[in-house]
Amino acid sequence: MLRRSHALAGMILGFVVTLGLIFSGLARAGEILVYTALEDDEYPGYLELFKKDHPDITVKVVRDSTGIITAKLLAEKDNPQADVVWGTAATSLLVCDQNGMLEGYAPKNLDKVASQFRDAANPPHWVGIKAWETGFCVNTVESEQQKLPIPASMADLVKPEYKGKIVMPNPASSGTGFLTVSAVLQTMGEEKGWQFLDKLHDNIAQYTHSGSKPCKMAGAGEFPIGISFGYRGIIQKQKGEPVQTVFPADGCGWDVEANALVKKATIKPEAKVFLDWALGADVMKMYAKVYPLTAYPTGVAIPEGYPADPFKILVKNDFQWAAKNRDRILAEWTKRYGSKSEAK
Amino acid sequence: MRPAMSALMRPFANFDAMRALRAGLLVLLCLWLVVAVLFPLATLAVKSLTTPDGAFAGLDNFIRYFKTPALSVSFGNSLFVSTVTTLAAVGLGFAYAYALTRTAIPAKGFFLTVAMMPLFAPTLLNGIVLVYLFGKKGLVTTGFFGLVPFTLDIGLYGAVGIVLAEVLFVFPQAVLILTMALSMTDARLYEAAYSLGASPARTFFTVTLPGVRYGLVSACFVGFILSFTDFGAPKVVGGFFNVLATDIYKQVIGQQNFVMGATVSMILLIPTVLAFLADRVSRRRQSSMIGARSVPLVPRPDPVRDRPFFVFCLLVALAVVTFFLVAVFASLVKVWPYDLGLTLAHYNFSGMGGGGYRAFFNSLKMSALSAVVGTVATFVAAYLIEKTPGMGRIRQAAAFLCIVPLALPGLVIGLSYIFFFNAPSFDILGLHVPNPANALYATMGILVLSNVVHFFTVGYLTAATALGQLDREFESVSESMGVPFYRTFLRVTAPVCLPAILEIGLYFFVNSMATVSAVIFLYSADIPLAAVAVANMDDAGDIAPACAMSVLIVAANVVVRILYGLATSRLRRRAQAFAGKG
Repeated sequence: MLRRSHALAGMILGFVVTLGLIFSGLARAGEILVYTALEDDEYPGYLELFKKDHPDITVKVVRDSTGIITAKLLAEKDNPQADVVWGTAATSLLVCDQNGMLEGYAPKNLDKVASQFRDAANPPHWVGIKAWETGFCVNTVESEQQKLPIPASMADLVKPEYKGKIVMPNPASSGTGFLTVSAVLQTMGEEKGWQFLDKLHDNIAQYTHSGSKPCKMAGAGEFPIGISFGYRGIIQKQKGEPVQTVFPADGCGWDVEANALVKKATIKPEAKVFLDWALGADVMKMYAKVYPLTAYPTGVAIPEGYPADPFKILVKNDFQWAAKNRDRILAEWTKRYGSKSEAK
Repeated sequence: MRPAMSALMRPFANFDAMRALRAGLLVLLCLWLVVAVLFPLATLAVKSLTTPDGAFAGLDNFIRYFKTPALSVSFGNSLFVSTVTTLAAVGLGFAYAYALTRTAIPAKGFFLTVAMMPLFAPTLLNGIVLVYLFGKKGLVTTGFFGLVPFTLDIGLYGAVGIVLAEVLFVFPQAVLILTMALSMTDARLYEAAYSLGASPARTFFTVTLPGVRYGLVSACFVGFILSFTDFGAPKVVGGFFNVLATDIYKQVIGQQNFVMGATVSMILLIPTVLAFLADRVSRRRQSSMIGARSVPLVPRPDPVRDRPFFVFCLLVALAVVTFFLVAVFASLVKVWPYDLGLTLAHYNFSGMGGGGYRAFFNSLKMSALSAVVGTVATFVAAYLIEKTPGMGRIRQAAAFLCIVPLALPGLVIGLSYIFFFNAPSFDILGLHVPNPANALYATMGILVLSNVVHFFTVGYLTAATALGQLDREFESVSESMGVPFYRTFLRVTAPVCLPAILEIGLYFFVNSMATVSAVIFLYSADIPLAAVAVANMDDAGDIAPACAMSVLIVAANVVVRILYGLATSRLRRRAQAFAGKG
């Protein structure tokens, strides 16, 4: 009897131990958690450079669209998880900063950074690495077949011939979507801006979750025009898709992709190492190969497909205004057009 | 104790200890189900009644939901889509199941296997393949890229696409339930009808349909619940047609608005629970229909009836097979629709979101663990409930708790698990209670647990059926011989039920591989999962790699299904050899 109950106890113990093994797995030292909105086909290349420079630091990355990263940061306000935010819209980081969630830190190379790329405070609460801008991805094959002229400006997009031909990202989830909407409202003024967006809405076939999906749908000919961002269209053309990237002449929206240190009870020294690295000259050159708008000049030639002076096409963007009104703009946008947006 | 004494005492000691052990295990089972099912649900309900800051809000969240026009519209949309889906899928499923059970068509095994194929794929794939077939650049829409003179644009994005995708998703479930219902009949009824001179049509309406009415009701409810709560297909082909399930994702993942997510989940539970209760009632009636003297019906060949049914089954099977062939083809095409050269590049997954092969292997690991833990848990639960003498109250309670998970859609499980497992502590009536379950959060453990609970009831019912067919003599004989019950369980009961055990394991594995709904809320950056990767890649617009990942999921499930087939046929041979010897 005794022996038998031992056997049973052994079985139960074995089961419990197995469960314990399944359920283990917590954070270790020398490890940082990085939230980023950089593109999936972009950041792994940069990270390899980091691993080479700092083999002793493990970087765990959570990547999602700008809106999701922002919402996640805000939701975790009282119990922050991330150590570092990397390459995420400055307007989003401003919102976090207004909630007192960011810690000031002056990374190496800060002196080289142009003033519109950084927080004015000292030490800054966020520092930009590069900027990205609205870009239309236009499918040349489909445009020709459907006899659609290639749009050159935002104003072109509301023409009746584009009805049901345009895909655009949902600004609540996509940073690209937000900077585009924000640029419209800033250049036209709010009243005219919303009128314009109403007209644009009539031409939109779908609102997507991410800023890249419109470009990929355009590349596949599913819809001929996708409101997306420059990098996306240029990379997809390199992949062999019949995509031409158009930067709207009458107001190209943009935002800075910035880094920040998250305010936590214990700030890991590795987080600061990462922030120093992320603004370093080596990785800045890698950014510059696909994004011409970097925080400081790198000497890397402007990638093919971008205009010769990429800074010149950008609208005047008031980040403070955009951040302060972000919630209100998104609520208004969702109220007007929310029922047309894709899941998530 | 002296040897002589202990020998004398043994039967008594044995009896009481064993009884106590069984009772203890039953209590443990109930406790586990309460913690893994009821506690999370309770936290979900509490969340839906509080403000984001944690203050009591009463029904404010619900009022706000129904006052937001865009949101309440999706409630109506969900009802509409699920109703249409249910009618179509159950109609098709009935004809198909009828052909498999009541006609003498050939290749029934093949037809049944093919009909089950959609179970192997995440519902996202249903949407993706529809895009490749009926999207603006789809095979059918473009007339196979101009190869055939016939083109058709069905206006995929919206209700049309959702219904098509969901019908494919619900069809196998309907076939499963209805073949079961149609095969449970009494041939003597048909003989009576025939000798009374009833026409085939009259027999159908007076004998066949009434006989399977509970099966039909059951299939309708299951179909309704599945299509009402699925988010994968609407996400891909929904266009601007919002449904309730996608609302929850927008609220929770898009805006991290957990309180509204909880509110929508509670609303989602209303029709689901109603459907569940109705289904329970009808099932109970169904089981009492067949008497001990019933004679199984063996359909005789009848070309006039069989031929159309054979053609019908062939068409359906062809549609399903075509569906998967298109999936494989699309995952291999270089740049759809401009360069139809073939490539394996989409199976590379580098530079893609979602985690690539790491996600795939995690999913394999998670599904294998879910299969093992789930099978052990459901089988032991069914054994304790079915084979424990006496203790009626606690057995009934346990049996009820085992059925509850069937009423819970995956996304409700996922959300309630976030609330329950992410809370470091609970404040109950002013008491500060630390939450030990918090250690599970963001681990493989919570993923496995959510799968075990999500698919628990079907596994449990399968085990209970198999155990119910076993003679009670085994138990009473071994008990009277003083053999402890766990020994009988390990040496006799479990081996005899091995086919059912394998079937349960297969069910857990296949479903865990394909599911998105619960785990999408629970996976962490460390543990990416394949089906979630499909969703992430679709979000980024990388539809070809999303298709490729789905094909890998299906392939893994097909391999496991083949292994299962081999194992069961070997078991059957051994059983037959054993019988022959006797």
